[in-house]
Amino acid sequence: MVLTEELNTPQDRFGNLLNSKHGTYILPLITTLLLFIGWELAVRLFSIPEFILPAPSAILAEIPQWGGAVAKNAWTTLVTTLLGFLAALALGVLLGFMIGYSKLANLTIYPLLIGFNTIPKVALVPLLSIWFGIGAVPAVITAFLLAFFPIAVNVAIGLATVETEMQDVLVSLGASRFEVFQKVGLPHTMPYLFASLKVAISQAFIGSVIAETVASNGGIGYVILSASSNFNVPLAFLALLALAVMGVILYSFFMVLEKRFVHWI
Amino acid sequence: MLMQQVEQSVKGAVQIEGLSVSFHRQGRENRVLEEIQLGIRPGEFACLLGPSGCGKSTLLNLVAGFIKPTAGYVTVDQQPITRPGADRGFVFQQYSLLPWKTTFQNIELGLKIRGLSKPSRRELVDDYLNRVGLYKHRNSYPYQLSGGMQQRASIVRALVNSPSVLLMDEPFAALDAQTRHMMQELLLDIWEDLKTTVIFVTHDIEEAIFLGDRLYIMGVQPGHIKAELPIRLSRPRHFDDTLSTEFINLHRQVFECIREETLKSMEAG
Ligand SMILES: Nc1ncnc2c1ncn2[C@@H]1O[C@H](COP(=O)(O)OP(=O)(O)O)[C@@H](O)[C@H]1O
Ligand SMILES: [Mg+2]
Repeated sequence: MVLTEELNTPQDRFGNLLNSKHGTYILPLITTLLLFIGWELAVRLFSIPEFILPAPSAILAEIPQWGGAVAKNAWTTLVTTLLGFLAALALGVLLGFMIGYSKLANLTIYPLLIGFNTIPKVALVPLLSIWFGIGAVPAVITAFLLAFFPIAVNVAIGLATVETEMQDVLVSLGASRFEVFQKVGLPHTMPYLFASLKVAISQAFIGSVIAETVASNGGIGYVILSASSNFNVPLAFLALLALAVMGVILYSFFMVLEKRFVHWI
Repeated sequence: MLMQQVEQSVKGAVQIEGLSVSFHRQGRENRVLEEIQLGIRPGEFACLLGPSGCGKSTLLNLVAGFIKPTAGYVTVDQQPITRPGADRGFVFQQYSLLPWKTTFQNIELGLKIRGLSKPSRRELVDDYLNRVGLYKHRNSYPYQLSGGMQQRASIVRALVNSPSVLLMDEPFAALDAQTRHMMQELLLDIWEDLKTTVIFVTHDIEEAIFLGDRLYIMGVQPGHIKAELPIRLSRPRHFDDTLSTEFINLHRQVFECIREETLKSMEAG
């Protein structure tokens, strides 16, 4: 009885929220809300003109007119991002396996990958638009190019860092090479893979939006570009808001997936 | 007495003949073991004792089949060893349980690989889990277990396959003193029951005398068997025995023998 009373002080309740499952989404929601309130107040207090920094209320007021168009283009961006991401996943895992398992691939392909990764991918978009024209293809490719490197590297590291003792245990229990991979190499690599997927999906998203602002006639990146050139700053912000929401959703999805699959860490 | 023991356990005779190993690094030959010669009887508890770096692990890995000798050979029950096999159970110092599997799943690994049915796996594994007091923890993951529990699981993972030889490489070295003593008694308990041949590597003199029927004391540069010492302390052994005059005299004797080698290996850097 005394215990429950003590737990009901405000500090304790806050401590509970901090450590509870609900805290992981309630607290960020509260900070987001506070940010928007502060933003709104600042714009009104200092009378900042709408074409420089629109207040959240002004941004939301665009929804009746532009909401449908933004949603449609957000969908385009989402599909582009996911296509690039899936291609990156397939090739990243394949390359990661080669680098992680073959010394030859490690010495030949890996240095090339590192060299390639140092090129800012934005610089490739104009070339991609020459090769593939204006449209979704350059965006998918840019998303793919940004996303596959972290996946390949992490899978390779995961495979290369399997403890020999664990493999020895399996071998001494009579396991075949494939069984050793299936029971040790693969699960050991899972945490590395899932950690890289969170990074890769964000990178793919960045890639497709960048390409859309340069070589596209659709997608959120294109909306931002055309809204800015028409000085429709509130619309540009509405598109940015859509981007932020999509980014958070994608990241959270892979975070939840990671928690489910990698439960032992 | 001896006859009775031989009858009890018919498998698990380990013969090591003229075994030498060299590692090559940057074109230079590093001779790690030279002309090792020893025979371990079925059901015997043999301890390999020596300063760190003298090649104890290398010798054990040769018996396990993880590495191949430069010269000589190892046989288990007259069969030459060419590769690892479930007839030789191995226990590492660092437990090496798979972090993504529960205690039960870790222990059943060997049985599963051999294709035993689920009911027979469960029966065998649960029996061993009970024996080492881990039944309550059968569904726990390794990170939820203490070091002592993890090592018990790792010992059982080897034993559940009824190996003819149990190979243990400093299995208790990472445990605190209290837990280590309990694990030593537990291991002897199980061993008295199963009479599996054990080759136990350690650098701890007290541990070797307390556990072993026979000590092989190793020397350095290159690794060789320097002395062989039968331990005739009565069994079953209890931890009080370590305080007996007989035990302390043995300890002193072994200590002198090892000390020389430790000094040699320290001088060599
Ligand atoms: N795979 C290997 N390659 C090269 N040298 C090795 C290898 N394994 C062990 N050695 C060398 O063999 C010697 C004995 O090692 P080890 O058997 O681990 O000794 P211990 O277990 O007695 O401490 C050491 O000097 C070590 O450097
Ligand atoms: Mg060692």
